[in-house]
Amino acid sequence: MSQLATEKQITPNLSIPKEPKKSYWNKIGYSLLYAILGIFAIVQIYPLIWLVIFSLKTNSEVFGVSPFALPKDPQWGNYTKAWTQGNIGLYFFNSVWMTLLAVFLTVIIASFVTFAITRMQWKLSGLVLGLFMVGYMIPLHSTLIPLFNFYNNLNLIDNPISIILSYTAFNLPLTIMILLGFYKTLPREIEEAAVMDGCSIHRIFFQVTLPMTVPVLSTTVIINMIYNWNEFVFVNTFISSDKWKTLTVGINNFVGQYLTDWGAIGATLVISIVPILIAFLLLSDKIVEGISSGSIKG
Amino acid sequence: MRNVMSNKFVITLYTLPALLLILVLIYIPIAMTGYYGLMKWDGIGDMTFIGLENYIKLMQDGKFWTSAGHSFLLGLFSTLSLLIYLAISLVLASKIKGSDLLRKIYLIPMLLSSVAIAQLWLKIFDPSNGMANRILEFFGVENTPIWLADPDIALYAIFIPIVWQYAGFYILIYYAALKNVPEEVVEAARIDGASPLQIAFKIKLPLISGVFKVTIMLAIVGSLKYFDLIYVMTGGGPNGASEVMASYMYKEAFKLNNFGYASAIGFGLLVICLGMTWLTSRLTKSENDEVQY
Repeated sequence: MSQLATEKQITPNLSIPKEPKKSYWNKIGYSLLYAILGIFAIVQIYPLIWLVIFSLKTNSEVFGVSPFALPKDPQWGNYTKAWTQGNIGLYFFNSVWMTLLAVFLTVIIASFVTFAITRMQWKLSGLVLGLFMVGYMIPLHSTLIPLFNFYNNLNLIDNPISIILSYTAFNLPLTIMILLGFYKTLPREIEEAAVMDGCSIHRIFFQVTLPMTVPVLSTTVIINMIYNWNEFVFVNTFISSDKWKTLTVGINNFVGQYLTDWGAIGATLVISIVPILIAFLLLSDKIVEGISSGSIKG
Repeated sequence: MRNVMSNKFVITLYTLPALLLILVLIYIPIAMTGYYGLMKWDGIGDMTFIGLENYIKLMQDGKFWTSAGHSFLLGLFSTLSLLIYLAISLVLASKIKGSDLLRKIYLIPMLLSSVAIAQLWLKIFDPSNGMANRILEFFGVENTPIWLADPDIALYAIFIPIVWQYAGFYILIYYAALKNVPEEVVEAARIDGASPLQIAFKIKLPLISGVFKVTIMLAIVGSLKYFDLIYVMTGGGPNGASEVMASYMYKEAFKLNNFGYASAIGFGLLVICLGMTWLTSRLTKSENDEVQY
């Protein structure tokens, strides 16, 4: 903070505050800035609108008419086709339960270890924390072949357990880092008082600490949910039968089979992104908070 | 107090699940990757120890170094594009109406799966029915590109959806950092007669340089690990034109069943990623780091 302090001291009081000039140039400048920001917003959102438009078209409309034209007669049938022929319902269900189970495991296990690292006294806590920090930097692909072999030896290939375990392990480092920042700011007095009262450590964790961390828990839950919902490589590598595929891998295979049926492809993609968009509409502030807290650990 | 909070049994109980998971599923596997790299192995049959043969082959493998070059090129582009995101964030954070809504709109692509993004952009890049070429035609371009099918531009074409995906993420980070710049500092400078540009370059940017350095590391290391989008859009093609390290490793292992050699590639990827993490953190470190953020 020393830099900030000096900045403040430098400020002399004798200088005369200048009135900000409000000229035409200023207005033009502002409109220009707005235009740039607006165009950028259109670039970010229009491809998705275009996706919805072509998901409602017939093939002759896709191939014959301008790609920007609206569908004459919206083909809702594309959606029924995607849902019934593409196993999308099953993949959707798999994505939901695997995501939720892994998120639950990650958050509870991460809470345990963060509690042990920040609240309890032991010599190796620094080393253990370091392992999680470095773990965040390890590229997933460098672990893929041994993991495949490991699961194969345990007969867990083509078994959702391999997916749940992988999601949990690989999301632990980030989750712990987000939790850690919050635990450090949390006052210890309540926990200390609970200890004085003769509370057992498990009761302190479950009934005192965990309830206090609910705000940050919801952030980590959301971040984990987005990561797991969108995960591709593990499922693509460890799962081979349709029964256990998740939405990302399922739609990728389905779309690969129907290369030319744009309507059905578009409908499939829309179905896969709608849950995320609904979550974003409802929880945008939490998501924004989660993404920024997940990345700034500088 | 001491006794309860240093109970060895409870510490072990609380630490072990997480520790076991990352040891068994992250740390032991990276050691095994290095070990498998010493083997000739098709993934099903027995392994044969062949010493450093795979690693020597890796050093001389033009395909690997080309794909590493592509990964580094993506890292360079990603780092350069950070400047654009920074400029947009500076505007957004300067008390613009609707900035909250705008940065949320910018963030939407970041929430989608790389698979959905890849499939969507495959359609956008479709030479005859896609959106991209229609827009180019509108601006009078006659020889519209074939995008992903053209070896000369495939990698650059793939970079467009990458920017689309991550722009909102970086803007969000910069915006949050800029909002943390104390209002008094900016106000003081304004009273001293500093122009908005001077405030941006002399005050705001130096104050968020710590965050900027973190994003450089995220951009570079993220690019080196890049896989999903490329795997779905081009599979590394045409003819290796968009191959990156991870996609090359994946192909050698799960398409060609060269698990030994693929492990050597995976180990190379690990060394390069950790090396670059270390290097960027060294290069971007400065004495007054603790001042920022």
